[in-house]
Amino acid sequence: MSPKTLYDKIWDAHVAHEADDGTCLLYIDRHLVHEVTSAQAFEGLRLAGRTVHAPDKTIAVPDHNVPTTLDRADPATMTPESRIQVEALDTNAKEFGVHYYPVSDVRQGIVHIVGPEQGWTLPGMTVVCGDSHTATHGAFGALAHGIGTSEVEHVLATQTLIQKKSKNMKVEITGKLKPGVTAKDITLAVIGETGTGGGTGYVIEYCGEAIRDLSMEGRMTVCNMAIEGGARAGLIAPDETTYAYVNGRPHAPKGAQFEAALAWWKTLFTDEDAHFDKVVTLKGEDIQPVVTWGTSPEDVLPITGVVPHPDDFEGGKVDAAKRSIEYMGLVPGQKLTDIEIDTVFIGSCTNGRIEDLRAVAEVVKGKKIKDGMRAMIVPGSGLVRAQAEEEGLAEIFEAAGFEWRMAGCSMCLAMNPDQLSEGERCAATSNRNFEGRQGYKGRTHLVSPGMAAAAALTGKLTDVRELV
Amino acid sequence: MDKFETFTGIAAPMPLVNIDTDMIIPKVFLKSIARTGFGKNLFDEMRFNRDGTEIEDFVLNKPQYRSSQILIAGDNFGCGSSREHAPWALEDFGIKVIVSTSFADIFFSNCFKNGMLPIVLPQEQVDILMKDAERGENARMTVDLEAQEITTSDGDVISFDVDAFKKHCLLNGLDDIGLTLEKADSIKTFEEQASQARPWV
Repeated sequence: MSPKTLYDKIWDAHVAHEADDGTCLLYIDRHLVHEVTSAQAFEGLRLAGRTVHAPDKTIAVPDHNVPTTLDRADPATMTPESRIQVEALDTNAKEFGVHYYPVSDVRQGIVHIVGPEQGWTLPGMTVVCGDSHTATHGAFGALAHGIGTSEVEHVLATQTLIQKKSKNMKVEITGKLKPGVTAKDITLAVIGETGTGGGTGYVIEYCGEAIRDLSMEGRMTVCNMAIEGGARAGLIAPDETTYAYVNGRPHAPKGAQFEAALAWWKTLFTDEDAHFDKVVTLKGEDIQPVVTWGTSPEDVLPITGVVPHPDDFEGGKVDAAKRSIEYMGLVPGQKLTDIEIDTVFIGSCTNGRIEDLRAVAEVVKGKKIKDGMRAMIVPGSGLVRAQAEEEGLAEIFEAAGFEWRMAGCSMCLAMNPDQLSEGERCAATSNRNFEGRQGYKGRTHLVSPGMAAAAALTGKLTDVRELV
Repeated sequence: MDKFETFTGIAAPMPLVNIDTDMIIPKVFLKSIARTGFGKNLFDEMRFNRDGTEIEDFVLNKPQYRSSQILIAGDNFGCGSSREHAPWALEDFGIKVIVSTSFADIFFSNCFKNGMLPIVLPQEQVDILMKDAERGENARMTVDLEAQEITTSDGDVISFDVDAFKKHCLLNGLDDIGLTLEKADSIKTFEEQASQARPWV
C-alpha cells in the first residue's frame, strides 16, 4: 500500500460514494451551524419538504450578531435585523431538532470555540460549517473546512458534501520558538511566506517541533488561519496533547469507547515517504512577533520593521499595496512601532481561548491601559469567560481598564454593535484586516494577544518582548 | 437553478488582486434571511459614498459597464469569508461569468451552486481579456460553456477548462441535493459501516 498523508487517511475513511470522474460524496461527522449562513438553508429544506438527515451530528449556536454587553438579554440591544437572524436560528434549531446553545446558555460562544470545548470535535472527523474559520478544528487532526450556504443545505439534507480531493501541502516549523513568539506569529508568518492564495487548492498539514510544542489552544490558532493562506483546511496530527484535551469533554467518548477511539486516533499520522505536492519550511527561531501593515493577511512584517513602499512589490501587488497604504493612512518607511492605536480588540475564534487571555493578563497585570484607549476583551465562549473569572484574570483586565465582555464574534467582523468608526485604528487578535472588516473605513493591524495587550498599554504598536 | 446558456455580454475589468468577499458584499448587508436582493449592495464600499451617492470612477458605475455580465478580475478573487452572499450579490447584479488567474476555493464552488461560471485562465489570456474589457460596451464577449470557449470582441477564441460534473450541472440547471439523494443507498451503507468502525462518532 502506498504511503498516505494524514489528509489522505481521513479522506479515505469518509468517502461514501465515488463517481468515475473522481467526484466524491464525503460523509460529514459534525455540522456546525450559526445564524448568518444557515437561515436560507433551513428555508430551502422547508420549501422542498426535506428534513435534517442527522440532527444528532448538527450543532447550532448564534455568535456573529450577538451583543457582547452584559445587558444583552434585553432584546433592545440587538438591531431588528440581527434579532431576526438569531430568532430564525432559535426556531430552526427547535423545529429540526438539532443540538443548540442559545444566547442565554453559559456554553454559548463562537461556534469554533464551542465545538472543541464541548468535545464535538474529535480526531479523524470531518467537520464543516458555513464559516471559513472552520479550519480551526483541524488542530485535532479533523478534516474541517468552511462551506457556502447551498452546501450547508446539502449537508443538512444528506450529511454529505460533493467534493473532489485537494492536493497535499506540508508546512513544517522546525525548532523552538523564541520567547514572546506565539502560535499567532507562526500562522501569520506562514501566510506572509505563502501569500493569501498560496494554499488555494490544498489541504495543509502543519508539523515540526514548534507545532508539536504548542498547546491545543495554540494549534487551533494556527489552523484557524489556514484559510487566510487560501487553504480550505489545515491539519495537525493528533498526539498526547490532543487526547488529553479531548478526554472528559461532555461529548467525547467515555470508557471503552474512548479506548477504541484512541486506538484509531493513533493511526492518524502521515506515513513516512508520503507525497506532498508542496512543502514550506520555516525555522521556529527565525519567527518574530509580527503585525500586519496592510489590508490583506499576507501583509505581514516583524514588529521591528517599517511600512513598505509599493515599489517593493511586483505585478498586481503594486497597486494593491498602494491602495492598502492609503487606506491604512500610513507612510512608506514609517517604523511600525511608531503607529498609534486607539482601539484594541482581544478575542475571536483565532485568539479568544483561555490561553490567549492568560497571555494578555501576563502583560497587563498591575498596569493601566493608555488614557483614552478603547480596549475590549471578548472571551470566545461563556465557559472561557467563567474560567477567566475563576482564575482572577477578569479582575486584572478590569483593573487595567479593559472592558470585559460576554462571548461572541464581536469586533472581528463587527456584525454586532462592536465596531470601529471611520479612521479608527485597532490592534486586533482576530484574523482579517480587510477594508471595512471591523467597521466602515476602520483600520486593522493583526497581532497576537500579547502584542495587542502591549499596544493597549503604550498606545502604539509595540514589541511585546520589551514589556515582559 | 436556471440552465447556463451561451450568451454575449459586456465584460468589466477589475484588475485589483485579492478582492475579498467582504469587499464584494460588506457584512452590514448579511443580515437578510433571503437569498435575493443583494445586488444593490454589491461592492458597496467601493461603489457608493457614505451618503449613498455613487463613486463615479468605480468600474460598475461607469455608463459603459452598468449592465456588465462578465467580470475580468485580478488574482485570488473571492478570498476570505465563505459567505455565499458574495455570489448571490454578483448574480443578483447580473454577473454570470468571472474570469481570473485564480479564485478562492469556497467562493469558486459557491459560484457553481448559483448558476455562475468562474473561469481560471493563465495570466497572458486574462491580460488579453482585461484589455478587451477596457474597451467598454463596444467589447462584448461571448461565453459558450458547451464548447468551453470565450470569444473576444475581435473574434479571438480562448478555450477554458471546467470540471465535467460541474459543467453538466450548470448546463442542465441541476440541483445538487436531488442528485445526491439518488445515491441515498450509498450513504446509508456508509453510515452502517461507519457506525461499526467508529461507534463513538
